[in-house]
Amino acid sequence: MPEIHFILNHEKRVINVEFHETLLEVLREKLGVKSPKCGCDRGDCGACNVLLNGQSVRSCLILAVEVDGQEIVTVEGISKHGLTKVQEAMIDNNAFQCGFCAPGIIISATELLNNNQHPTIEEIKEALSGNLCRCTGYLPILDAVFKVSKE
Amino acid sequence: MSIIHDFEYCKPTTLDEVTDLLSQHGEKAKILAGGTDLVVQMKENIKMPDTVIDIKGIKNLHEILFEDNTLFIGACVTFRELIESEIIKKYFPLIKEMSQTVASMGIRNRATIVGNICSAVPSADSAPVLLVYDADIIAKSASGERIIPITEWFTGPKETALRADELVTGIEIRLTDTKHAGRYEKLGRYSGEDLAQAGVCILVFEDLHYNVAFCAVGPVPKRVFSVEKLLHGKVISDVLIEEAKHLLQEEISPITDIRATNEYRAHMMGVMFERGLKKAVSRLHGGVNA
Ligand code: FES
Ligand code: FES
Repeated sequence: MPEIHFILNHEKRVINVEFHETLLEVLREKLGVKSPKCGCDRGDCGACNVLLNGQSVRSCLILAVEVDGQEIVTVEGISKHGLTKVQEAMIDNNAFQCGFCAPGIIISATELLNNNQHPTIEEIKEALSGNLCRCTGYLPILDAVFKVSKE
Repeated sequence: MSIIHDFEYCKPTTLDEVTDLLSQHGEKAKILAGGTDLVVQMKENIKMPDTVIDIKGIKNLHEILFEDNTLFIGACVTFRELIESEIIKKYFPLIKEMSQTVASMGIRNRATIVGNICSAVPSADSAPVLLVYDADIIAKSASGERIIPITEWFTGPKETALRADELVTGIEIRLTDTKHAGRYEKLGRYSGEDLAQAGVCILVFEDLHYNVAFCAVGPVPKRVFSVEKLLHGKVISDVLIEEAKHLLQEEISPITDIRATNEYRAHMMGVMFERGLKKAVSRLHGGVNA
């Protein structure tokens, strides 16, 4: 089994993986990082989103061995030192119901706000368009991100 | 769903290693760049390679270059990188416009334009744009390099002119000297959806010639030479557009699937063609280079 070295949520990690294991499987099953969720397992829903070198990617479409030498951040890493503004805004806004989509959406919103502190509502919609939510109808989620954008 | 078969994974740092592996394993080896198609196909047992060759370790495949009026896009260049490239924005804005319509952020951060044409689904967004630009595909094998014109690339749904012992190293496009402008019109149900239900791309040149190509309304994306011939040398008028729309219908063969009916696709192609053509013409006169 090959050994991969990567940075996960600001810590160096070394782990043995099988070639056929996806990053999502390794994060959840081998490393106990449970924020990325398995929704569709084929790249359509965004529930498994994580940041790879600062960019949001589908962890269900990446082989774990591909992240050797790279940096991964999940929601656990984002909120290491307390909730971020966008997380607070989601709570204030009652943005989620079941919450299954939440980690993926937080990842997409975080990437957007890192690149653009004051996105327009159109830019927010575009950035979150790859994240499916079965419960909310999206409006409270978009509003929450917009609230941070206006600060 | 997990991938349930074993394979070897390798990440070479030179092209020679890749072509060696390809000549050893042939069909049984698959090239991995963004993985947004390949990993799904491996999960669904559509592809069961015994060797997966990750080409992201090869430096020059990540390059976007513009030299001697020729653009080179390496096989590992993602849609995100195309959207952010100054070269693309300046010389080939149509590629940027198209790239922004591909799926969503999380996919564009990973998926590559070369992967998109290698998957060769009938709805490939990159195809119409590369067709109107007359792009060349660069294929490499242990025995050398060959150039495949994009018009000869798509040989069937999910089939291309690439041989099993070859990989695509990149795409080349020559910038024409003639002033031109273009537009890519895509029909999708919502933004963030990856597949076009219909797509049409139009490039208008100042000397009154027109390049037109479509995707998702036939088994392969293709140029519509009959329409181009009709428009050639003429200034666009409403009568001419109606004639062209009529001709266009004869060239397409849309299917009905879960996304749209064939009647809807056929109707929308006409609408989108007209919209796109008018937009391209107005861009040309607005002085914006495509
Ligand atoms: S689980 Fe990865 S995109 Fe749905
Ligand atoms: S809150 Fe349930 S899926 Fe979004």
